[in-house]
Amino acid sequence: MYAQMVKSDGPSDAELSPEERAFQARIDAGEKIEPKEWMPEGYRKTLIRQIGQHAHSEIVGQLPEGNWITRAPTLERKAILLAKVQDEAGHGLYLYSAAETLGVSRDELFEKLHSGKMKYSSIFNYPTLSWADMGAIGWLVDGAAIMNQVPLQRTSYGPYARAMVRICKEESFHQRQGYSIMMKMARGTEAQREMAQDALNRFWYPSLMMFGPSDKDSVHSAQSMAWKIKMNTNDELRQKFVDETVPQAEYLGLTVPDPDLSWNEDRGHYDFTQPDWDEFFEVLRGNGPCNEERLGARVKAWDDGAWFRDGLNAYADKAAARRLAAKTAAE
Amino acid sequence: MPSLPDMTTPKVETLGGGTGVEQDPHVSDAALRAPFFDWLCRMGDNTLILSHRLSEWCGHGPALEEDIALANTALDLIGHTQMWLALAGEVEGQGRSADDLAYLRDVMTFRNVQLLELPNGDMARTTMRQFLFDAFHAALLEKLSGSTSLRVAGIAAKALKEVTYHLERSSDLVVRLGDGTEDSHARMQTTLDAFWPYTGEMFLGDDVDAAMAEAGIAPPPQDLRPEWDRVIREVLDEATLAIPERRADVHKGGKTGRHTEHLGYILAEMQFLQRAYPGASW
Repeated sequence: MYAQMVKSDGPSDAELSPEERAFQARIDAGEKIEPKEWMPEGYRKTLIRQIGQHAHSEIVGQLPEGNWITRAPTLERKAILLAKVQDEAGHGLYLYSAAETLGVSRDELFEKLHSGKMKYSSIFNYPTLSWADMGAIGWLVDGAAIMNQVPLQRTSYGPYARAMVRICKEESFHQRQGYSIMMKMARGTEAQREMAQDALNRFWYPSLMMFGPSDKDSVHSAQSMAWKIKMNTNDELRQKFVDETVPQAEYLGLTVPDPDLSWNEDRGHYDFTQPDWDEFFEVLRGNGPCNEERLGARVKAWDDGAWFRDGLNAYADKAAARRLAAKTAAE
Repeated sequence: MPSLPDMTTPKVETLGGGTGVEQDPHVSDAALRAPFFDWLCRMGDNTLILSHRLSEWCGHGPALEEDIALANTALDLIGHTQMWLALAGEVEGQGRSADDLAYLRDVMTFRNVQLLELPNGDMARTTMRQFLFDAFHAALLEKLSGSTSLRVAGIAAKALKEVTYHLERSSDLVVRLGDGTEDSHARMQTTLDAFWPYTGEMFLGDDVDAAMAEAGIAPPPQDLRPEWDRVIREVLDEATLAIPERRADVHKGGKTGRHTEHLGYILAEMQFLQRAYPGASW
C-alpha cells in the first residue's frame, strides 16, 4: 500500500449534521463524489493526505529503481525499466491532479513532502543492491501496491477512482515484468539465483510493512472505511498478499525468509511472522537506510530545477504580454 | 509516443521495417563491410550514449513533465540503438547482437561524437546538447530516408518521426530558456559557448563517410551543415542567444574512437553486469 497510517478527520456518528448524513447516504448507495460537490471538510482533508501520500510515493518510488537504469544488463531491460519508472512519474501526475481537484496545488504538496510534513511509503527507504532487486520490487512491491489499489478503483471519490483504474492497468504490467526478471534470475546461473534469493530476503518483510500495522483498533481506519476511501483492513490485505505470493515464490524455487510460514488448513490461509514494527516506525521517523538519500534527491531535484521553472514562467509571461501588445496594436 | 518495443519481440531488427538481407544487397556486400559496419556503429553509438545520459535524469528532473519527457526521449533513442546496432552486427557477419556491441566493446571501438558523452550538468547543458544534436540528427535521418540501402532507409524513416518531435521540443525549450530570465539566458549562452567547439565533429567527413556516400547509403556529413546552420540560426535568434565566434571543430575524434575521459565511466557503469557475469542471460 502506498498510503500508510493516513490520519482521518471525521466526526463521530452522533454529531452528524443533516448534510453529512445525506453525504454518507450517497456513499452508502455507492454513488461517486465529484470535485464541485459538497463534502465534509474531514473527508476532503483525509483524501488530500491519502492521495498526496500516494502521489509522493510514486515519485520517490522512481529513485530505488532509477538507481539501476544506467546499469541495466541489456538494451531491452533498460528500455523496460526506464518505461516503468516513467510510468511511475505519470502516476504521480494523475494523483497530484486528482489532489488538485480537492483544492491543493502540486507545489503545496511538494512543499509538504520536502519539509517532511507529508510522508511517502516506507518501502522506498530501502536500498536496491543488485539487479535482482528490480525483479523483487516489481514482483513484491508493485504486487503489494496492487492489493490495495485494485479495490480503490471503487473508492467513493470520482477523480481518485478513475486515476486508480489507469494506474492499476500499468501496475499489473509492472508486476509481471518484475516476475519475469525474477524468473530469469532464479533459473539463471548460481550467482543470479543467489542474487534473487537475497533480494527476496531483503524485500519480504518491508513489503509486508507496506500495508501498515494492524488496524483493528484504529478509529482512523473505521472512518476512512465508512467513507469508502479505504476499502479493506490492513490485515486483510496483508494476508491476501502472503497467500498469493508464497506459491509464486515456490514456483521460482526461492525460499520465503520466514521459518514459521505454514499453511493453516483450518483458516484456509498461510500463518506468517509479522514484520518488525519497531523497524517500521523507525523508518517512518526518518531512520530507514535511505531516508536521507531519497528525500535529499527529491529536494535537490526541486531546488536545482528552480531556475529552469522560473525561466519557462518568465518566457510564458513575456509571450503573453507580446500577444496582448500585438492585439492592442491591431485594434 | 509508444517508445517501448514489445517485450516479446523476438527480432528487434524487424522493427526497422527491413524484411531481410536478400532485399538489401548492401548488407551482404563484402567490399562495403568494414566502412558500413563502422558507420552503423556511429549511428547506434550516438543514440546509445545520448540515451544513456538522458536516462540518468530519471527521477531527478526539474518538473514531473520534464522528467517524463526526458525518459521518453531516452526510450526513443534506445529503440534506435537496438535497430542500428542489430544491423551493424548483421553487416559485420560475426554473429554479434546489438547487446554484444553495446555491452562488450571498449572505449576505443565506440564511434559516437564527443558532444554526446559530456556529463549532463544542469538542464541548460542537457537541453542545449539535445538541441545541437537533434538539429543534426533530424537533417541526417531526413536524407537517410532516401538511402539506397533499404534497411537504412527503413530505420531512418521510423526514427525520423520521433526525432522530428525531439527537435521540436528541444528548440522550444532553447527559445524559452534563452528568452526567459536573466539567469536562464546566461546559463544557455554559457553552455552554447562551451559546446560550440564540439559541434564541428558532426560534420567532419572521412574515408568511412566517403564510402557510404559513394554507395548512396548516406550523405557526406558536410552536406548537412547548411540545413543545420539554418535551424540553429533561426532558433538561437528567437532565443536571443548569440552564435559563438569561435572554432566549431576543436574537439573531435569520437567518430574514430578518440574520446573524452567521460566515456570510460559511462561504459564502466553501463557494462558492469555483462562484464561481471559473462555469459549470463538476463
